[in-house]
Amino acid sequence: MNKTINITVNGTKHTLEVEPRLLLVHMIREVLNMTGTHIGCDTSSCGACTILLDGKSIKSCTVLAVQADGKSITTIEGLAPEGGPLHPLQEGFKENHGLHCGFCTPGMIMRCVELLEHNNNPTEEEIRWGISGNLCRCTGYNNIVKAVQWAGAKMRGEETPSTEPEFV
Amino acid sequence: MIQCKTSKAIGGMGHSLKRKEDARFIQGKGNYVDDVKLPGMLYMDIVRSPYAYAKIKKINIEEALKVPGVVAVVTGRDLEKYNLHWMPTLMSDTQMVLPTDTVMYQSQEVAAVIATTKYAARDGREAVTVEYEPMKPVIDPFKSLDPAAPVLRSDKEGKKDNHIWNWKVGDKEKTDALFETADVVVKEQMHIPRIHVASIETCGCVADYDKVNNHLTMYMTTQAPHAIRTVIALVAGHVGLTEEKVRVIAPDIGGGFGGKVPVYPGYVIAIAVSFLVGKPVKWIEDRSENLQADSFARDYHITAEMAGTKDGKILGTRFKILADHGYTDASANPSKFPTGMFSIATGSYDYGTTYMECDAVYTNKPPGGVAYRCSFRVTEAVHAIERITDRFAFEVGKDPADLRMQNFIKKEDFPWKSPTGWIYDSGDYHAGLQKAMDALNYNDLRREQAEKRAKGELMGIGISTFTEIVGAGPSKDFDILGIKMFDSAEIRVHPTGKAIARFGTKSQGQGHETTYAQIIAEELGIPAENIAIEEGDTDTAPYGLGTYASRSTPTAGAAAAIAARKLRDKARKIAAYLLEVSEDDLEWEPGKFFVKGAPEKAKTIQEIVFAAYTNHPQGMEAGFEATHYYDPPNLTFPSGAYICVVDIDRETCEIKVRRFVAIDDCGNIINPMIVQGQVHGGLTQGIAPAMYEELIYDESGNILNGTFMDYLVPTAVESPSWETGHTVTPSPHHPIGAKGVGESPTVGAPPAIANAIVDALTPFGITHLDIPITPYKIFKALKEKGAFENA
Repeated sequence: MNKTINITVNGTKHTLEVEPRLLLVHMIREVLNMTGTHIGCDTSSCGACTILLDGKSIKSCTVLAVQADGKSITTIEGLAPEGGPLHPLQEGFKENHGLHCGFCTPGMIMRCVELLEHNNNPTEEEIRWGISGNLCRCTGYNNIVKAVQWAGAKMRGEETPSTEPEFV
Repeated sequence: MIQCKTSKAIGGMGHSLKRKEDARFIQGKGNYVDDVKLPGMLYMDIVRSPYAYAKIKKINIEEALKVPGVVAVVTGRDLEKYNLHWMPTLMSDTQMVLPTDTVMYQSQEVAAVIATTKYAARDGREAVTVEYEPMKPVIDPFKSLDPAAPVLRSDKEGKKDNHIWNWKVGDKEKTDALFETADVVVKEQMHIPRIHVASIETCGCVADYDKVNNHLTMYMTTQAPHAIRTVIALVAGHVGLTEEKVRVIAPDIGGGFGGKVPVYPGYVIAIAVSFLVGKPVKWIEDRSENLQADSFARDYHITAEMAGTKDGKILGTRFKILADHGYTDASANPSKFPTGMFSIATGSYDYGTTYMECDAVYTNKPPGGVAYRCSFRVTEAVHAIERITDRFAFEVGKDPADLRMQNFIKKEDFPWKSPTGWIYDSGDYHAGLQKAMDALNYNDLRREQAEKRAKGELMGIGISTFTEIVGAGPSKDFDILGIKMFDSAEIRVHPTGKAIARFGTKSQGQGHETTYAQIIAEELGIPAENIAIEEGDTDTAPYGLGTYASRSTPTAGAAAAIAARKLRDKARKIAAYLLEVSEDDLEWEPGKFFVKGAPEKAKTIQEIVFAAYTNHPQGMEAGFEATHYYDPPNLTFPSGAYICVVDIDRETCEIKVRRFVAIDDCGNIINPMIVQGQVHGGLTQGIAPAMYEELIYDESGNILNGTFMDYLVPTAVESPSWETGHTVTPSPHHPIGAKGVGESPTVGAPPAIANAIVDALTPFGITHLDIPITPYKIFKALKEKGAFENA
């Protein structure tokens, strides 16, 4: 009882035969073999699976592949053009030590892509609420906030804040 | 500011180099176990027990075998044929891989379904039905020693109760006598509840047995790949999986924190199945399985006591612990230390008398506990000493900061021998606490608190000044399953002056690819970016005991420095040969040897290394490679002073952390940015048990919060904006004076927060609350004290 779906993934059109119950995250990871999007829970709580669906950040574990029929998704692999420059968020995460183990990072970055598109000069509080659907166990979030603020500055065309660690 | 001996271009100690490993992670090109895909790979899913304690009457697998894609269903009886149904734990207890007749905790593995697709394996799992005969479980550890309680480990010959072991340290007679006569004695009962590491990546493996070559490759989320390889050989050597036939590969790991040290049944079943069918078998657990069945952490019930004088001098401590290990002792401690490093609970204070005793018991809960970012029970120890110290300060009417300053071990008294026999290497506790106090304007805060108290507002200031004990450990006392806890580094420099270094440790996010390169860059002057770092493949990495307990820098980091120094010695010989001078005529600066008094006569390390391959002195071994296995002479003792400020809403009892300052001393700092990152992360994993996390069981052994819906891992909203700083007291015995830092914040933070909250409530006569301290707990405590009567 497979269904045929047409879905654009990082700019490339795919026609796939999928079970109706196939989760979008499994379509991405298992059918398309794009393993940058991760799975960290089974209750839509952790956000490691976050991607963009028609430009909106969504948790791909809670969307069926068939629901994405006719739509366009962007995963972490599609954020920067092949061989091209990194997205300011990707650069920001590296410059500001916004990741340790890297497992939550793709989902976190994809969430922040929409966050910054919606508001490219967010306050710390806005960032914290904005990423409250994405769990990180390693970083303690301080540097993720810094990374997002840095990326926002870059996207606004302003001088980016210092990336040196600050101590009391 | 940290003074660096090398330039930024070389990137040795002290530089906040950006991380080399980030490039793949920010582009979704990490390689985690679930990313591993092999031809013909099968998928495994596990049927789990709904009961905490039950007899298995029958496992019905026929329906499961009919599900399209299902290849096999494995039960305990199948494994029994190969004597693989039980396995040893790291503490020399025994644990079921799959049960043959009795289940001992809710979510215990009962059967495994193997299928050609992920979804078919899940369908197969749903189709297995098990008939159980439930029994009344033992959940309360205090009841486990009742004579009427069922003997849970009746599988152990002659076992008549649920007691596992008793441990004691210190001087009981002297301590009891002190407590009889001391002016002031305070006592509190504390429970440090079960929590879970909850790394964002769960546990899993791909077991790939090659029948043709009789060879097993095990891709696995493991923090200690070599130890795993040896354990596999010990457990399965009798079926042909001897150690040279086993390769363990720990690829990128999405967080470990101690949860990826033990050998879980899932791993063993996957290996057994792969061995039997000759195909790769993937097992990746769900989050629910991870929370409900993998080893938990903590679960210590502690009676903490402190004795002292009326003017605040601490004279002694006494700790009695009941340790709830679940149905088997599956802790990951060094074998001689069943309570880990709990004996550091004497703390940062100068006094000579202590006694500690622990009884461990079995209950019908998941086995463990793992050492969750705590260097083996140091979280429990520090919570006990810092809470009881605050209690003591309150009792004698002293400010908790003053009381600590009065009692701290003095900087000049290091190395200092503790009453439980540890030799603290170095520290400056006074400077650390002073720095934290200055950062917050402590005295102003106390004034503000007094004003707020007069108005009935709840504001609290909590301090935690901890001594950590990490870097396990000296071979004299430390082993895991008999394997000594040294660690290793192997460095090889190529003709064109670039290097590769491999280690016996395994990063799960700690940044070793950057920090180890910095250690080597410091010694050899080869730029850190030219030094490739590898860990995790037992076929290529030198033997080590892995990464946990903040041991990497103290052990493998030391090995790297010493191996690099061996290379620098060789470089000196080659430079002398090339420059036609004697070795004594040469001086070293990072990256080159030059002739004393004639600095233009020099050879760079790159020229020297090239010569090792193209023009080495006759009689010298060619090439440029060194290995070192480092046996630390002692542990290292990082320390810290944390201060937390909270405001509690008088009506809703909601707790707001207004500020949190963490001053850490981890000795010489390799990469300040990475150290700060470790502190941030550990602090968030510290506020978690202080305010949000606890695994809760009902009296039938049902876990009440076994998913992320109900187990509250802090988000960016719950996690405060941390403020950090450091003092530096190098470790005198460590080659680069570094101590390790990863676990200090998880250890130091919970008591700082608990102390702050209790401090806010002391006007109502509240002297202690168990973590996690929630608004509801505060409300209940205040209500009991009549605090809402005049509303």
